[in-house]
Amino acid sequence: MGSLVVPSPFLFRFQVKTIKTKSFVGLLIPLCAVLLALALGAVMLLSLGANPISGYATMFGAAFGSVEGFSETAVKSIPLLLVGAGICIAFRANVINIGGEGQMVMGALLSTSVALTFPSVPSLLLIPMVLLAGAIGGAFWGAIAGALKAYFNVSEILSTIMLNIVAVQFMNFLLRGVMIDPGEVARGTGIPQTMRLTENADLPILLEGMRMHLGVPIALFVAFGAYILLWRTAMGFRLRSVGYNPHASRYAGISVPKNVTAALAFSGAMAGIAGAILVFGSESHRMVTDGGSTGFTGSAGFNGIVVALLAGLHPLWSIPSALLFGGMLVGANALQRAAQVPSALIIALNGLIVVFVVSSEYFKQRSLYAGQVDLADDESTETEGEDNE
Amino acid sequence: MDGDILIQILVASIAAGTPFVYAALGELVTEKSGVLNLGVEGMMLVGAISGFIAMAKSGSLLVAVLCGMTAGALMALIFAVLTLTLMANQVASGLALTIFGVGLSAFLGLKYTSIALPGVPELHIPFLSDIPVAGQLLFSHDILIYSSLVLFGFISWFLYKSKAGLILRGIGEAPKSAHALGYNVIGIRYLAVLFGGAMAGLGGVYLSVAYTPMWVEGMVAGRGWVALALVVFASWRPLRVMAGAYLFGGITIAQFHIQGFGIEIPSQLLSMLPYIATIIVLVLISRDQKSIRLNSPASLGLTYHPNNQ
Repeated sequence: MGSLVVPSPFLFRFQVKTIKTKSFVGLLIPLCAVLLALALGAVMLLSLGANPISGYATMFGAAFGSVEGFSETAVKSIPLLLVGAGICIAFRANVINIGGEGQMVMGALLSTSVALTFPSVPSLLLIPMVLLAGAIGGAFWGAIAGALKAYFNVSEILSTIMLNIVAVQFMNFLLRGVMIDPGEVARGTGIPQTMRLTENADLPILLEGMRMHLGVPIALFVAFGAYILLWRTAMGFRLRSVGYNPHASRYAGISVPKNVTAALAFSGAMAGIAGAILVFGSESHRMVTDGGSTGFTGSAGFNGIVVALLAGLHPLWSIPSALLFGGMLVGANALQRAAQVPSALIIALNGLIVVFVVSSEYFKQRSLYAGQVDLADDESTETEGEDNE
Repeated sequence: MDGDILIQILVASIAAGTPFVYAALGELVTEKSGVLNLGVEGMMLVGAISGFIAMAKSGSLLVAVLCGMTAGALMALIFAVLTLTLMANQVASGLALTIFGVGLSAFLGLKYTSIALPGVPELHIPFLSDIPVAGQLLFSHDILIYSSLVLFGFISWFLYKSKAGLILRGIGEAPKSAHALGYNVIGIRYLAVLFGGAMAGLGGVYLSVAYTPMWVEGMVAGRGWVALALVVFASWRPLRVMAGAYLFGGITIAQFHIQGFGIEIPSQLLSMLPYIATIIVLVLISRDQKSIRLNSPASLGLTYHPNNQ
């Protein structure tokens, strides 16, 4: 399959750090990005007539200041972490997965239908079943985009976005149609939601009286699995190798199309698990749609990209990164209640953080160039992806 | 099929296709200079809300258009600084711009969600608009639709008939050679990116001020991404961009009429139609890698380092 030999306009290489920058620089840059974004957020708070210091104190106090708050933050971080860790896998294979939203929805739909079909299976079996169904649903949706890229050269950036919209409409179709709660039809209210799913599939609460449920350790476990997959298995080596240099990989006998498809399938599977956990860890224990995607996913499919980029595309660093963004979501709600500051501000802040993280590449590269000047002449300091097309 | 309904559908398709015309033509110019800006969706959203606010405050379409274009260009400026000056990855920066734009537009639009604007009146060109069929099809639209046609004419002329356009395309094909000839690669790319942003902003203004004169959070609804797909679909040629935009507008409109013809398809499945169509078209277009490679600007998406010669 000569598929990826010809450079395509949508085939890009994320500059994956292979040369180790000093570790404190590696940590400093995301920290600076977050602080800069918060500083700009402070200006926006001021423009709204709110005191930024007390505003941020409210936010972070609500998110991290108490066990209840932290438990809430951890729950909010689950989908961010799962999608983010999946994004790490995809981006490492140089596959840009923007389809987290759709993959979450498809995972949730498949796992919900499993729970609706087998309501009496005991928890010990049913919970793994619904999680697996979620993974399969998401992986399937991701693999479509992956196969389109691998075998038909279709930009996965565009196809995943289109598949997001298709998935959301499919969710609306099912939740208004075959999967709707019969009670809603009988009452004539017709809210597009499933019935209360079987208690056997509820994710058990871990801390009495709080929101923290089994989804939190599951997400940590899966993120750790993503790390093992990427750096401790032959599969992960192939994925990273394809991402770093598809031509060399092909000569080494690695199938580029297969690994591109696999990267999107893995990434989708993680998003799918996130979707399943959103359903079975929710307080209403049912799947609801508001007609768009954000009502169900809370934009985790997109924000997961932010999490992964801030984490330097590392599944384990995604854990603190996801906690930060999860905390910002919890804090934003608190801020909205306390100071009537719209939570849309926080979405804008997320975007700003990515903007700063992305721009920090420049400083990383500069320190990299500076370190190499003595070792090599000008020609070979060109480490950028421009010529290894 | 009733002839009147057909004309109505065609007229509506032109209106539905116009946001794509603006955004995709702008992105075309940006990409011709070798820069891939994935932030179209974000720029359209910020353009849409800025134009909407300006229209609500001033009541003047001209002010709304100018505000929307400026807002789009300012968003593009962020992208330009990131990718051209700081040499950041274009894909990641474009994504960041969209995520930022979604949040910023929602934030700016909070107080404007329940306002309806009067809309933009159709401009009936005397005599010409009275011609049956053609009059309705061609000569009874609002001014923003006419100006999109002017824009198309201008861009076709600029890219293929003007010296500046030749330089722009040259930079997209071979930035190093253009640099060696003494052209300011970074400066010209800045202009191309800003132009793309202004046009995306204008496409947003058309949506929020003329097409559906109100503000709804996230109202661009994926159109920015479709515009990006259209540029690929059009193999980077202005005339094909126009054809693609109206075709896509037509598919969007068709979903509203299919049920009218007594075909029983759930509306949700119909709403998938434009997006599935995009995927199918992308498969058909992208399968032929040679034509993609021949038509796409050779340096598209690659970071240019002026000092690393």
